[in-house]
Amino acid sequence: MQPDGLIAELQNKNPKAFERIYERYSESLFGVIYNIIRDQHIAEEILQDVFIKIWNNAEAYNPSKGRFFTWALNIARNSAIDKTRSKAFKNSKKNLTADFFVDILEDKSSFSNRVDAIGIKKYIKALKPYCEQIIELLYFKGYTQAETAEELDTPLGTIKTRSRNCIQSLRDILVK
Amino acid sequence: MNIQEYISSGVLELYICGALTEEESKEVSTELKKHPEIEKEVEEIENSLDQLSSSVAPYNPTKLFAIIKNKLHLEDNPKTIPIHREKKKTNIVLYLGWAASIALLIGLFSVLNDRNQLRENLNVVNAQKSQMEQQINDTKASAEKKEELLAIFRDKNIVTVPLDGQEVAPEAYATVHWDQETKKVYIDAKNLPTPPEGKEYQVWSLTLEPLTPTSIGMLSSFTEDENKIFMLENNNLSQAFGITLEPKGGSKTPTMEQLYTLGMVKNS
Repeated sequence: MQPDGLIAELQNKNPKAFERIYERYSESLFGVIYNIIRDQHIAEEILQDVFIKIWNNAEAYNPSKGRFFTWALNIARNSAIDKTRSKAFKNSKKNLTADFFVDILEDKSSFSNRVDAIGIKKYIKALKPYCEQIIELLYFKGYTQAETAEELDTPLGTIKTRSRNCIQSLRDILVK
Repeated sequence: MNIQEYISSGVLELYICGALTEEESKEVSTELKKHPEIEKEVEEIENSLDQLSSSVAPYNPTKLFAIIKNKLHLEDNPKTIPIHREKKKTNIVLYLGWAASIALLIGLFSVLNDRNQLRENLNVVNAQKSQMEQQINDTKASAEKKEELLAIFRDKNIVTVPLDGQEVAPEAYATVHWDQETKKVYIDAKNLPTPPEGKEYQVWSLTLEPLTPTSIGMLSSFTEDENKIFMLENNNLSQAFGITLEPKGGSKTPTMEQLYTLGMVKNS
């Protein structure tokens, strides 16, 4: 459930609501940022900035335009991508790997208890190769449908059905 | 709308990822409010993606919240906000601060004053401008009218009858331009004296033998009309025209003692 009451309280600048929102969304946004940045320390800094933006701009979130999750996701992805474009970052990370989120998960052994670790590991093993790319671009990198279609040289409609299938299989595994 | 088809189209996945256009996203938000099945589906997609990216995170960053709270100066318990008063700064700094504020304030006032002055000037100029525009329009209208009249006077169908001054006003004279086709007469009364209060000029068409005067109208608003040219209808087979001064509203028969001008129609 989207915590609508909590979001409204956040927009009223209630610090308690802010803390609950942080607990609810921070790990997920941290993952998105880390996947783009691949540096734990910088990712921590960006996560802080992202939540400072969420607090300061909370009233800009409009439920009729989309989910709060998506709104926060956009802030996180944009902040991380902005960072990768900064000179200092480029100098320190000359060859940013073209790795996907999957590579992080393959090496990872410890997960927080918010996550169904066994399910995720199972999912990564069973993942179709095109799902790696589609989920990477659409969800982790924030490509639009059209941009994804162009990047993967695939028709627009195919992107739609494939992203449905890829996320559906994730859901199947996590529910079990 | 077929809800199952909508759900399986894949639009909801793109919606959560933020991959739709703003317009498309709004549409999904609307559908989601109408159909609980769609909302449930959206929740499930969101939860699975939430878990997926959470599993990518190096760790659950709970401890970082304290730093964020600190950066934003958020307090857990707003009732016990500690008040730190630093020792009094040197008076000079304080005075300098005040002096700077006052100087700034004076500056602001003078700017404000100048601005008001400018605005006033602008208003005056604007008023002058609209006055001049009015004058130009008036002149234009008057010029148009004159041109119209000139065209009438140049028309070959027009019979011009000069009316000479009579006993009451020997210097007075007027001209009648009679368009026999349209049955209209134009009275040029520029050289009639301004009528006294309560009086008006009345124009008469005359037929001779026997002398029969027929009123063809009043020269109303004589003072206001700048051109002093008046248009009247004339259906008579006039042989002469006369202008008399009559009480306001006119008389049934001309007051001969107040006959100002009189003229015969030639070749009739």
